[in-house]
Amino acid sequence: MSGRIRAERTAIRTLGGVLVAFLVLPLVALVVTTSFVDFEQGLSHPLVWPALRLSLLTTTISLAITVALGTPLAWALANTKSRWSHAVETLSQLPIVIPPAVAGIALLFAFGSRGLLSSENSSLTGSTAAVVIAQVFVSAPFFIQAATSAFRHVNPKLVVVARTFGARPLRVFFRIAIPLAAPGLVAGAALAWARALGEFGATLMFAGNLEGQTQTLPLAIYTAMEADMRAAQALAIVLVVVAFALLLFVRATMRRSLSAEGRA
Amino acid sequence: MRRDTRPPWLPKSWNGVGAAGACLVLLAVLVGACGRDGQPDRLVVFAATSLRDAFTTMSGPFEGAHPGVKVQFNFAGTQQLRTQLEHGATPDVFASADARHMDALVAARLLFDPVIFAENEPVVVVSTEAAGLVQSFEDLPKADRVVLGTADVPIGRYTNQMLAKADATLGPGFRARVEAKVISRELNVRQVLAKVSLGEAQAGIVYRTDARSAGARVTTVAIPPELNVTASYPIAVAVGAPNPDLARAWIDFVLSDAGQRLLRAAGFTTPDTAGPP
Repeated sequence: MSGRIRAERTAIRTLGGVLVAFLVLPLVALVVTTSFVDFEQGLSHPLVWPALRLSLLTTTISLAITVALGTPLAWALANTKSRWSHAVETLSQLPIVIPPAVAGIALLFAFGSRGLLSSENSSLTGSTAAVVIAQVFVSAPFFIQAATSAFRHVNPKLVVVARTFGARPLRVFFRIAIPLAAPGLVAGAALAWARALGEFGATLMFAGNLEGQTQTLPLAIYTAMEADMRAAQALAIVLVVVAFALLLFVRATMRRSLSAEGRA
Repeated sequence: MRRDTRPPWLPKSWNGVGAAGACLVLLAVLVGACGRDGQPDRLVVFAATSLRDAFTTMSGPFEGAHPGVKVQFNFAGTQQLRTQLEHGATPDVFASADARHMDALVAARLLFDPVIFAENEPVVVVSTEAAGLVQSFEDLPKADRVVLGTADVPIGRYTNQMLAKADATLGPGFRARVEAKVISRELNVRQVLAKVSLGEAQAGIVYRTDARSAGARVTTVAIPPELNVTASYPIAVAVGAPNPDLARAWIDFVLSDAGQRLLRAAGFTTPDTAGPP
């Protein structure tokens, strides 16, 4: 009988193992098929540094916009229970599920030269601002989702107590809600940043592909595939390492917040 | 007595090990089914983006002449297709928008017997809003937003060659004045066309065939012959092609009178009809 149990356990693990192997293999391949020399030469390709700088700049700006506008929105969503707030929450999550190519076309029709919000003489397409717009569009929903969930876990009694002692809504928001929800907010911001860093389709379609102006890291990888595969691979490895570090950070933050909740 | 919680549709002999085995077998079958070996009636053609309209039109009469055969296309930038070939993709036929990539693939023994089947020339396309602004090649710097191909794709390389020539004849600085207006360098020629026909860019450089396919959404400005370059399109059979006979038949059809006529209808010049150099 115990042999039977062991066999069944092995069966379950084998099935799971197949999927894990499939998920990990491409990333392993990315790293083991390069050599240190190739990696170094890849990183010295002229595409690399302008793209890295631009990615850092644009994702910092888009993250600041996302956090500045997303935090109040998430607090409001966490504290209202009307049909409208449900609708707003659903709408704000829509960009998570729509394909990037759809986002690109939609942004063109909204902000492009012939778009809804176009003006006579200026066009956003081709500008760095367009990159930021694309990044905010695809990444803000991740932050809103995480922040709303973090605010929902803030003990409502604390808020009530603060209000009875005369604290005004802004003071409650800044002194109670944000500190208590901080781990969730940070994790959400990290996820949103990762998504903005990886943004590709909408940027290519809406913003363009010009070195130093709109060519972010993912676009540089795509462009480098045409020119020098080693540069594409080197950039890809850099992005994997950054993403992995970010994932570890998010998981550590969430674990700490969970254990803190457990103690409370 | 232990209550049986299994769903009634499950066979009595069902157990975990069997299920796991079945899943693995199913997986193997599904993955195997995605392979494309042993399909005698399928012709896979990798072709440069600029061939999209011409080749798609040609597939109709070809399939008519070869009953039961299905032609499948993979249209992309020539360099992208080259990368796919170098990483093990085995189409039957490869049609390139420039001789350089073709030569490299022949040298790498991935293709053989290339033959030039068509020629194309770059033109300037102008968005409807800017039609009055850019009326000749010399007007190109007057456009506020210009889109070109990246230097690594054929159209981008031809563009750079033309701009270099223009610097010599239209005065030094012409190239720099154009490049100051560039808002994006696209990775294939259809993206250049899309940006112009959507009005996101005022002008771009594409092939004559692309300009023709856009119809009235763009206006076309010819480039003076002394500045222009000719794009040659070679076609070849892939080494290890699953269907070498069909591949030959496709190339013969492309080179036949009917095929060449369809290419000319799409805006290509064909080697026989091309004027004296």
